[in-house]
Amino acid sequence: MQQQQGNRFFFNVDWITVLIYIALCAIGFINIYASVPPEQTAVFGFSTLYGKQLIYIITGLVLGLSILLFDGRLFNVFSPFIYGGTLILLMAVLLIGNKVAGNQAWIAIGSFKLQPAEFAKFGTALLLARYVGAFNPKFRDIKSIGIAGLIVGAPLLLIMLQPDTGSALVFLAFMFPLYREGLSGYFLLIFLGMIVLFVADFLVPTYILIIIITTIAGLFIYNNRRKQKIIFSTILVTVFAIGYLFLIKVAYEKVLAPHQRSRIELMLGLKTDNKGAGYNVIQSQIAIGSGQATGRGFLQGTQTKYGYVPEQSTDFIFSTIGEEWGFLGCSVVIGLYIFLLLRLINLAERQRSTFSRVYGYSVACILFFHVFINIGMTIGIIPVIGIPLPLISYGGSSLWSFTILLFIFLKLDSNRMGFI
Amino acid sequence: MDQLFNRKYIVQGLFIVIALILLGKLFYIQIISDKAFISAESNVLRKIYKFPARGAILDRNMKVIVQNEPVYDLMVTPNEVQPFDTLALAQALDISFEDVRKNLRKARGKSTYQATPFLKQISVQSYARLQETLYRFPGFRTQDRTVRHYPDSVGGQLFGYVKEVSPTDIEKSEGFYKPGDYKGKSGLEFSYEETLRGEKGVINTVYDAHNTPQGSYADGKYDINAVSGERLISGIDMRIQKLGEQLMTNKVGAIVAIEPSSGEILSLVSSPGYDPNLLVGRNQGNNYMEFIVGNPYRPSLVRPIMGYYPPGSSFKPVDALIGLQEGVIDPNTTFFCPHYYQAGNRRIKCEHFDGPISLRRGIARSCNTYFCYVFQKLITKNGMKNQRQTYQEWRDKVAKFGFGAKLGIDMPYERKGYFYTADHYDKVYGKRWGYTNVISQAIGQGEITATPLQMANAMAIIANRGYYIKPHLIKGIGDKNLVRKEYVVKNYVGVDAKHFEPVIDGMQDAVNSSWGTAILSRIPDVVLCGKTGTVQNPHGKNHSVFIGFAPRDNPKIAIAVIVENAGYGSTYAAPIASYMIEKYLKGTVSGERSAQIEWMKSQNLLPVLKDKAKAIKLTKADSLLIKKADSTKRIKDSLRINSATLKQSAATKPKELKTVTIDKPVTIK
Repeated sequence: MQQQQGNRFFFNVDWITVLIYIALCAIGFINIYASVPPEQTAVFGFSTLYGKQLIYIITGLVLGLSILLFDGRLFNVFSPFIYGGTLILLMAVLLIGNKVAGNQAWIAIGSFKLQPAEFAKFGTALLLARYVGAFNPKFRDIKSIGIAGLIVGAPLLLIMLQPDTGSALVFLAFMFPLYREGLSGYFLLIFLGMIVLFVADFLVPTYILIIIITTIAGLFIYNNRRKQKIIFSTILVTVFAIGYLFLIKVAYEKVLAPHQRSRIELMLGLKTDNKGAGYNVIQSQIAIGSGQATGRGFLQGTQTKYGYVPEQSTDFIFSTIGEEWGFLGCSVVIGLYIFLLLRLINLAERQRSTFSRVYGYSVACILFFHVFINIGMTIGIIPVIGIPLPLISYGGSSLWSFTILLFIFLKLDSNRMGFI
Repeated sequence: MDQLFNRKYIVQGLFIVIALILLGKLFYIQIISDKAFISAESNVLRKIYKFPARGAILDRNMKVIVQNEPVYDLMVTPNEVQPFDTLALAQALDISFEDVRKNLRKARGKSTYQATPFLKQISVQSYARLQETLYRFPGFRTQDRTVRHYPDSVGGQLFGYVKEVSPTDIEKSEGFYKPGDYKGKSGLEFSYEETLRGEKGVINTVYDAHNTPQGSYADGKYDINAVSGERLISGIDMRIQKLGEQLMTNKVGAIVAIEPSSGEILSLVSSPGYDPNLLVGRNQGNNYMEFIVGNPYRPSLVRPIMGYYPPGSSFKPVDALIGLQEGVIDPNTTFFCPHYYQAGNRRIKCEHFDGPISLRRGIARSCNTYFCYVFQKLITKNGMKNQRQTYQEWRDKVAKFGFGAKLGIDMPYERKGYFYTADHYDKVYGKRWGYTNVISQAIGQGEITATPLQMANAMAIIANRGYYIKPHLIKGIGDKNLVRKEYVVKNYVGVDAKHFEPVIDGMQDAVNSSWGTAILSRIPDVVLCGKTGTVQNPHGKNHSVFIGFAPRDNPKIAIAVIVENAGYGSTYAAPIASYMIEKYLKGTVSGERSAQIEWMKSQNLLPVLKDKAKAIKLTKADSLLIKKADSTKRIKDSLRINSATLKQSAATKPKELKTVTIDKPVTIK
């Protein structure tokens, strides 16, 4: 290892990923700048949104580079403590947190506000990676699934209590690294089936769904009539599916808050509401759609400039991109994300340690969930779930947590030849 | 590598599939559908329209006869309105407390964030009062616009009126007109709408999500300045237009005066008229109902171009001209007038017993017999068997004088008058008919009707010795003083100039000789050539008609005057014509004739309106009441003389019709 002598800390770092990281941060800054009302852009100051974001980006970069200075093995060793620390923060936020827009998600330290849910992501990713790396379970038994479920479930539950459904949903991303490590594909299928049934339950009367499910099950059993085991599991799945259908109805009425219900109904096109809950989505789609092929140009977006899209610089930042840069800009951004995600998976696969691989998968899938849910929400194919667009949305907690998430992996990757 | 490695591809595949779904939806909303783009525009853009001033209209002496006056619409943007002193606003606008609330509610119903009219056409006075306190009413602003003003208060039917466009107008214009735009609805305002209206301006202002204006859109790239309408110069001489309307006070009828050499209309009076200023401003609708629709003498009927009158004796010069051109008579031809003309078993009376009578005297004395002979000769010139064909030829020659077809004046709703072809008589009489059946047309009675415009135009033809230019009101459009192409073309009538002098001799005698019919209407120092007419009317007094031109050499004015139910042509129509002509030629009416004008103005010749259903009301002293209560049946009768006759003639056997003579008023039903 001759190169190691050149620069011990930054040796073997995947600079392509770092470049994409910087590119996305820059895109974020430009669009946050554009989202600010015109009279505020006249003066440049650190009190403005984009001024603050610039600070976050610079500090984030410093944070990321300093992570590269650590010894990669430390993350493995300290993962239980990091995980424990984030759990404590999550509990603390429930007790002493500030309520913002109905969610008790923020801890204020002076003028600085911290969102522990953001940091819980890498805590959980680290511990999950350590567990898998240490025991190498193949997730064929209840025990290993249970432990993994516990690791992911604990922060998820605490976040649900805030309640911050959006951030909690992101924890479902951990299914993919587990799947990669051997979890049965049926879990993904069941998960997919649950979503399909959930949506279908709103669009089609329940009794028709039951008829369809039982018909399919009947045909399936008939085809495999000599295999008792398959018949048994099919019946089990059918019963669960039908039970689930009824559960949805009850849960929908009792568990979900009214605003969440209306968001789901809006997304499914069951109701239209241009002024109330649907306002965000409609205005966001108008802004994005009005960008057409090449966009209106930097700072030329009327919807952006004149505040027609609420949460413009945070959760709905993609509408600014859509309006000012058009389909071209959107494609570039989505292309960058996809390139980053595919690269992260490839990087993860070249790791020699299971720990690094699991962690790499976790990072990629968390990013993926954020990107898919956020962009999907701004163009109306997913109900409004308030989670940020990674590295682009305004906000320090989010930016830093993604920076930490990503740079830990880059550090691990640079150490991939060693054993952790 | 374990087999789980392949799961990498499933995860990566999922990423790609999801990315494609996102891009697919983006492609749809950004590139395929333009719905979002349109919504985005309507989100931020508010258009404020600037209404152009309509073009002014001048008379031939460059006097302004139609101009503009500023008015103000009070606009309201409902969601900018804050609680305000309703009573103060009501007082400032001079409307009731309830109206304020009602209008506000109405505006809210239209749009909450767009400015909609709260009260239209506030007067300058109210505007001045309001301006001081407008700051107390957030959400309200004023919008300037202009309305018409007619300084002379005459020429209602001539100018027409301007009104807010109706939904039908908007639909017909295919989106050119928007609600709130104004449009000329009749008269000159209608026919020159495209010239007069100008171009509406628009200012695009960008508004933010809180409905606060954020300045001009795209640096005003799409803003349009309002362009005022172009001005028109009309051929009208306001002095005689005004005099004509005054002379026709309390009379039903029409005056048309034309400058023969140019076809420019000098005066177009339709009586009863109305003050065009009535149809301006907030009371437009009420005034329209009260003064236009509510007047039983139907001012909405523009009599000079829509009224149907038998030309009567005034048709005789045309007869003579065609007779001379065809060679059936010459200026020295004499016929014997035994006080009547015998056509088969029909007898047409003549007013006079002159014995042998010449062309010149025949015109001057308006001898029915003479012109029946001329007609007989014209129709039978190719023998008794070819009368159908010769009638049709005669009809075509008369049609060249402008009868039986629209002349194409630049005003809407012109009508063409009845003047039947041979085909028509085939239907009525079968194959066997001859001059005796249609002899009444020889003296301008019977089935032929003409508008006063056509009669005046016939005079212009005689004044020009053989041609006319289509009569028109506007002689100059815009700064370049353009005129429509068709209004410079000479239309020749196919009669040689030499044939006119004998006819004009007769017309000169009618006014200037001791045996003429209009000798009381002589104008000092001016040779007026004319022809009186007395159009028979079965329901009351005859219509008084005069047509003529002056001076004899190089004529400056041709005129037709019709006063309904006024009796002989020489009593009313001829003097009115002579005052008009004198005023036009000399600028003033001299001597004792000006006193006669006052007498004429004071004459009330309004026909008494009869209505069987309300006959009792006639006994009441209040004449106004009677008018209101009465229907317009009478007026209708006098104007649509021939539709009724024809229905009757179609229904009656030809044999019976033959027995009818002209002195029985069957032709004038």
